[in-house]
Amino acid sequence: MAADLVTYTLRLADTALVLGHRLSQWSSYGPTIEEDIAMSNLALDLIGQARLLYDYAGTVEGKGQDEDALAYLRDEHAYLNLLIAEQPNGDFAVTMVRQFLYAAFMQPYMEALMRSKDATLAAIAAKAEKELAYHVRHAGEWLVRLGDGTAESQARAQAGLDDLAIFVGEFFETDAVEKAMIAAGIAPDPTSIRPRFEALLDHVLGEATLRRPVFSTHHLGGKTGRHTEHLGPMLAEMQVLHRAHPGAVW
Amino acid sequence: MAEVTTPLYEVFIRAKAGLAHKHAGSLHAHDDAMALQMARDVYTRRGEGVSIWVVRSDLIAASDPTDKDMMFEPTASKIYRHPTFYEVPEEVGNM
Repeated sequence: MAADLVTYTLRLADTALVLGHRLSQWSSYGPTIEEDIAMSNLALDLIGQARLLYDYAGTVEGKGQDEDALAYLRDEHAYLNLLIAEQPNGDFAVTMVRQFLYAAFMQPYMEALMRSKDATLAAIAAKAEKELAYHVRHAGEWLVRLGDGTAESQARAQAGLDDLAIFVGEFFETDAVEKAMIAAGIAPDPTSIRPRFEALLDHVLGEATLRRPVFSTHHLGGKTGRHTEHLGPMLAEMQVLHRAHPGAVW
Repeated sequence: MAEVTTPLYEVFIRAKAGLAHKHAGSLHAHDDAMALQMARDVYTRRGEGVSIWVVRSDLIAASDPTDKDMMFEPTASKIYRHPTFYEVPEEVGNM
């Protein structure tokens, strides 16, 4: 049970950290200074959520691993993030589509997690839910403007949506670990989130005049450490400093 | 090009309830809704505010700097307009 809780918490933490790191890669490359700062804010929200979750996972695990050990000293196959989080930034439209798909699922998911029987996860969810509500709004507003914008911006947004759709099915897949957490009243059942996710998506895609793609479940495995080819190089860059200088501080 | 698609906005932040919105700076955004979001992200990162106003800079009527003397010089000699001859009670708080 404790092992399942550690695994479940690490999945949430890894997803938040990996997506946060991806967003942070935009720093100084944003299309405008305003959006550059906005994306850094989103990144910091996610990295903040990851820190709380790592801290809790390390505590439950009880082997003395702190947040740095969990973030910087685990290899690709020990990472349990959703595959969508590790996908490359692509162009700005791809990044906003990725952010919207994630936040549109995760915001209602965190809202449900606030009712968890695990008090720590419930408290972390309460903080994350507010942050993710803003991510939904920010990425959603961009999706509307990109989709209902120029022919170029619409094509790019639609391409991003079509490319990332294959990773959405994973949101709703559960394995034995997650089913045990759901049965224990610790985790929400992601399939219960699906109607809200799809309603929000349809609303925004409608305004954006974008076509809703088919969400397949062909690409699974992130939650069990089987990743796309993009995570390894990202982790190498993210972890190199800590591995070269363990315990380095500002 | 950037000026056309993303006009300049002026940002006003209210630090806390009861205070006036004060000019915080400016930014470029596509429209009012995005300007509010950008203002939130650029100017309230350190808990600066509880409310934001944004307004397109080109909608603001502004005085001409070359009129400075005509506009403002005449007040310099009228110190009796300053309320410095009164003692403000502590209880008044923010004025």
